[in-house]
Amino acid sequence: MAVKALKAYKFDAADTQDKFHGNQLLYVGWDKHLMFCAPFAFALPSTTRFGDLCDKILSKSFGYHPDWAKVDLAKAVWKKSGQPWQPDMNKTLAELGLKHKDALRFETPGLNGIQGSCS
Amino acid sequence: MDMQATKKKVGLKEKYAHMTRGLGWETTYQPMNKVFPYAEFEGIKIHDWDKWEDPFRLTMDAYWKYQAEKERKLYAVLDAFAQNNGHLGVTDARYINALKLFLTGISPLEYVAHRGFAAAGRNFPGVGPRVACLMQSLDEVRHAQTQIHALSNYNKHYNGFHDFKHMIERVWYLSVPKSFFDDAFSAGPFEWMIAIGFSFEYVLTNLLFVPFMSGAAYNGDMGTVTVGFSAQSDEARHMTLGLECIKFMLEQDPDNLPIVQKWIDKWAWRGTRVLTLVGMMMDYMLPKRVMSWKEAWEIYFEQNGGALFNDLARYGIKVPECLSQTAIDKEHISHQAWATFYQYGGASDFHTWMPTDEEMDWLSAKYPNTFDKYYRARFTHWRDEAEKGKRFYNGTLPMLCQVCQIPMLFTEPSDPTQICYRESEYQGEKYHTCSDGCKHIFDDEPEKYIQAWLPVHQIYQGNCFNEGVDPTAPGFDPLAEVLKWYHVEHGRDNLDFEGSEDQKNFAAWRGLATKNV
Ligand SMILES: [Fe+2]
Ligand SMILES: [Fe+2]
Repeated sequence: MAVKALKAYKFDAADTQDKFHGNQLLYVGWDKHLMFCAPFAFALPSTTRFGDLCDKILSKSFGYHPDWAKVDLAKAVWKKSGQPWQPDMNKTLAELGLKHKDALRFETPGLNGIQGSCS
Repeated sequence: MDMQATKKKVGLKEKYAHMTRGLGWETTYQPMNKVFPYAEFEGIKIHDWDKWEDPFRLTMDAYWKYQAEKERKLYAVLDAFAQNNGHLGVTDARYINALKLFLTGISPLEYVAHRGFAAAGRNFPGVGPRVACLMQSLDEVRHAQTQIHALSNYNKHYNGFHDFKHMIERVWYLSVPKSFFDDAFSAGPFEWMIAIGFSFEYVLTNLLFVPFMSGAAYNGDMGTVTVGFSAQSDEARHMTLGLECIKFMLEQDPDNLPIVQKWIDKWAWRGTRVLTLVGMMMDYMLPKRVMSWKEAWEIYFEQNGGALFNDLARYGIKVPECLSQTAIDKEHISHQAWATFYQYGGASDFHTWMPTDEEMDWLSAKYPNTFDKYYRARFTHWRDEAEKGKRFYNGTLPMLCQVCQIPMLFTEPSDPTQICYRESEYQGEKYHTCSDGCKHIFDDEPEKYIQAWLPVHQIYQGNCFNEGVDPTAPGFDPLAEVLKWYHVEHGRDNLDFEGSEDQKNFAAWRGLATKNV
């Protein structure tokens, strides 16, 4: 349904990709590890290699968790928008078809957070 | 010739009629619908504004007298509080952080409420609601002022109180209450009345004021308690206005029912999400607890709200559709929110901490189904790490909900170990929401919410640094620059309570006041 208004109601979206200085937004959450209260938001060039995202960026953001040392991201189970999704560590975000504001989440089977509490 | 004044004294009822309804007139230079352009576009049909029942037979002259008397009493207490160093009488300096949350997150809303009711009063063609909205508008600006004055006593001694009006426009978590009111204010006058007058002031107000004011009383803060009492008689009037307004809309035309129901559903959910902040304050920030968030929710929302909706059932109104989700959420949201503020404690203007063992036992007793199972291990781990010098500060920005603007911290209603992700697409662009409630609101008016000023995205767009700062310079530290732009002083206003200047000062001053040194 449309907004009811006195005049034509047309405004630009605040977060289109052109406003991010050559970057695109990508969200990444680690399932069953709620010590990180919410998925992370990253602004990255579309030329970022997925392997670099994992090794350089995610490891920094998730590294505080004691489970992180046991994570093998090659074996992680990924989802995009809730649907099964397969990354390739050697491809870039663009090559993997990742678009601005896509949401990824991954599971690390066998790892269930602090004392199995999914924290 | 002198005018002949009638000697006859005007009766109360007559005086009331003159001073309210008698003040209105039908315009002649311009048609009424041009003078009141906002009265119809929302689709609410009003056939007879005179059917409006004035819930409080109050006229402006009596209003000024009442309010002036209340002000005199209030300021006498506030002065005494300041002169006697009342701030040293609070249970524990951790409590003061609840006041920072109040000043930054709530007082600015009082001010927007003032503006919003002034606008509603201007936009309604009926005289009854115009006068009632005028009074509420004045009440709200008074609430903002009295709160600011009361809390300025704390600003003299503690950090984080210094720039609330700058912060409301900028700081990440304050976009939550701010966007809530902006959403209501940018709607038409009828939706405003359902959003703020009814849902907020009637259904949810007790969940806001009782916790803060009882919290103040339990924790020895008489200044803030007095501010609460001074506002209380206004609140009774506001609640009645909200209720009268909804009944009036429903009685005027049967076509109004689905519109009103939609707004109730929307604003009950929006309000519930905002109150997450209050839940966290009750369960974690009060050294002496009043009751748990869950208990407050059950009393003030489920029981009292239930009675209200029974009463409205005769108009065809149903309980807000979010009810089944809130019954699940009440056991989780305060813990989830505190975990969020704890880890992003580097980016806020108040201090955070982990609960003591004794406090965790209280939380287990109050939340037997959830605290030990889902949260205790997390909190104990963080506390142990902090003791080892590895206090957790999350340095990566979180994903936010497009509607409520809260980080996506809420879990699936069916699984408290799984973050709830919801996604919509509009004009080729993706939008993420935290819940079915927020997704539903987005999908209903996407054109409105695509404009949201989401703090995380704004930081990535480079809009949250002071002028002249170069984000491409070597060694650029984005978090430090954002804090400067927030006017949050790193190391002073933010971080853990343990080791803070507030903690040290309070201990030293209280020592001076209570011991021989
Ligand atoms: Fe108020
Ligand atoms: Fe939301």
